[in-house]
Amino acid sequence: MYAIEAEGLVKRFGATTALAGVDLAVQPGTVLGVLGPNGAGKTTAVRVLATLLRPDAGSARVGGLDVVRDASRVRRLVGLTGQYAAVDDDLTGTENLVMIGRLLDLRGADAKRRAAELLAGFDLSDAANRPAKTYSGGMRRRLDLAASLVGRPSVIFLDEPTTGLDPTKRDEVWTTVRQLVAEGATVLLTTQYLDEADALADEISVFDHGRIIAHGTPHELKKIVGNQSLEVRPVEEDRLPDVARVLAEVAGVPAESPRRGVLQVPVLGDDALTAAVARFAADGIAVTELALKLPGLDEVFAALTGAPATSDEEDAA
Amino acid sequence: MTTLADAPTQVPPPVAAPEQGTRPFPLLRHSLVLAGRAVLKIRRTPEQLLDVTLQPIIFVLLFVYVFGGAVSGSTHDYLQYVLPAIMVQTVLFSSLSIGVNLNTDIKKGVFDRFRSLPIARSAPLIGAVSAEVVRFTVSVVVLMGVGYALGFRVGTDPLSALAGCLLAIAFALCMSWVAVFLGTWLRESGSVQGIGFLLLFPLTFGSNMFVPTASLPGWLQAWVKVNPVSHLTDAIRGLLVGGPVAGPVAWAVLSGGLILAVFAPLAVTTYRRKTL
Repeated sequence: MYAIEAEGLVKRFGATTALAGVDLAVQPGTVLGVLGPNGAGKTTAVRVLATLLRPDAGSARVGGLDVVRDASRVRRLVGLTGQYAAVDDDLTGTENLVMIGRLLDLRGADAKRRAAELLAGFDLSDAANRPAKTYSGGMRRRLDLAASLVGRPSVIFLDEPTTGLDPTKRDEVWTTVRQLVAEGATVLLTTQYLDEADALADEISVFDHGRIIAHGTPHELKKIVGNQSLEVRPVEEDRLPDVARVLAEVAGVPAESPRRGVLQVPVLGDDALTAAVARFAADGIAVTELALKLPGLDEVFAALTGAPATSDEEDAA
Repeated sequence: MTTLADAPTQVPPPVAAPEQGTRPFPLLRHSLVLAGRAVLKIRRTPEQLLDVTLQPIIFVLLFVYVFGGAVSGSTHDYLQYVLPAIMVQTVLFSSLSIGVNLNTDIKKGVFDRFRSLPIARSAPLIGAVSAEVVRFTVSVVVLMGVGYALGFRVGTDPLSALAGCLLAIAFALCMSWVAVFLGTWLRESGSVQGIGFLLLFPLTFGSNMFVPTASLPGWLQAWVKVNPVSHLTDAIRGLLVGGPVAGPVAWAVLSGGLILAVFAPLAVTTYRRKTL
């Protein structure tokens, strides 16, 4: 049985079709990354699956329960973190979480214990008794995430959980997601970043105009998209010509310099990185930066649809 | 498209948490928790109470000293006449703010959280309305305090006066559902305020609140006599100062109940329609 399953989901808002027939299937204990630009239907799909919206057509089950007919039982199963932090600004961190606990029928003492546990887990213990309006953006996001975990949900929906966070905070959220999955939860995560989906997801569904235009493992998807690039910055700038020679040999095309002191070549497989590292070591070239860069969302869409992500062109795989 | 690898399932599929429905009265409990949230918010932002504290004070002073001499010939007589009316006016106008607050609250995302929880759809609304009791009580207490300081005296007995205050609060709670309906139905909080005032002005000023009905032109008298706010004002005057009680109270309870019966389900329906 799949933890999340949807067939032919359709949702229209007036003249706009937000979902134009979406199929999803997520194995228990795995992460599905839903990748797409703004307006692709990611949030609508999450809201339908989390019982906040009724689909116009199609059906969906979470934990085997129909999201429309069994909505209230589905709600016992899921946790939801939206794009914006859904916390109560006037309430403290503790009060926010205790309230959710009470609404989930925990007894007073249990709700307090669970709140303290989650605040500690999200590094918010020091701010526990401060109103949430005094929190920074990252803290609010963590509190929001904590709020969605009060009921120990086995299926968790994270709608762009890292949008607007700085890289450190983003890494913290990633760690949390990995922990949740390690504890057995199933996660559906929407994102606009291929690297995020690549870092967290077992499988990725690419959304465009309310449809899924591609689905597969991150590896499969990267193979379709191709153009990863290898970026290198040598310690000494006068070794740049040597670096250029190595990169050209590894990639088979001449390297370019996107920034001062940095060289870049498009590469096909992950092997290129290993090959380059071995050559640098053999030639005694010290590097300060060496990274395999994934293509951005625009390149993913260019590869999948032949059009950039922002285009209005209706297209499907 | 859907090229799912048949990964072996070692993680057990999720099962629904055991129904914790063993604890009775879930709607009541959840509504109380959410009412507690709203009361906390009032305590955290006491400026929210300005409309129920300063406003009655200003209204009493203005009405008594501006109109007192002209309407009743003496400010003291007019105070006895107008204080119950200002009680009605204050709680009715402050019943609007819940519509405005809910409208902004719903947009901010906290309500999305409530919707994703296994609680009744009506619980957040019932909770928010119940918390209004706090605001209404504050305004009634402030008003009675100012009234007493200026020379207002209960002409009946303390129990009747208390019943009068409770009737004003109860009627305002029923009217709150009109505001909740506007708040869930209209898109902008500004229009909630605007339409709310449009409804309340004829209800309050087109009544026997500030001037005797007999002094009004015939067509207006016809409206004043059917206006539920007139009956409510009569009832509270009767309970606070003296005069007929049974008839006006019955009308006030009946019209309040009718407003509740129409607008509470309507508000819950519009709220649900916006979600699921």
